[in-house]
Amino acid sequence: MIIARILGTVVSTQKDERLKGKKLLIVRPVNVDGTDTTGYVVAVDTVGAGFHERVLVVAGSSARLAAGMKDTPVDAAIVGVIDTVDVTSP
Amino acid sequence: MQLARVIGTVVATIKNESLDSRTLLLIQTLDKDLAPAGKPQVAVDSVGAGVGELVFWCRGKEASFPFKREDTPTDCTIIGIVDSDAHVNNCRAS
Repeated sequence: MIIARILGTVVSTQKDERLKGKKLLIVRPVNVDGTDTTGYVVAVDTVGAGFHERVLVVAGSSARLAAGMKDTPVDAAIVGVIDTVDVTSP
Repeated sequence: MQLARVIGTVVATIKNESLDSRTLLLIQTLDKDLAPAGKPQVAVDSVGAGVGELVFWCRGKEASFPFKREDTPTDCTIIGIVDSDAHVNNCRAS
């Protein structure tokens, strides 16, 4: 899983039936120290995360194993809101 | 599967309910000479690993197999603790 920061939202009216009611967010992977990397991912939110929060993103087929995501056509899901990251050794 | 060092912990109070009570650890993947390779990532712990330990981890859908396999959203799980650094032996062509 990767740590990412929420950059924005995506609104889509015409989408797969199983994505109805799911919130789509744009997230950017960040480094452990909180600095941004490049690129972005559109991920489905399962926890009610908000703008600028650091979140935990699970990618690949595991994304649809999250509660409420069964059989959805999704390859990235936000599964946690990060409180702290504690790095002990480099 | 790849070797990694546990370099820290991650705390997330608000989680998808299927991750409730799972331990999240920060791991740094290592190459065959146990030097860091790639970016650190967040792993779910299935074996009780601790910070500083040498572990191996599993990627992809199989990462959910140590838990309830159809209900655990993880693509990175620690599945074993290596006894010590000295227990990693590289067979090099001489």
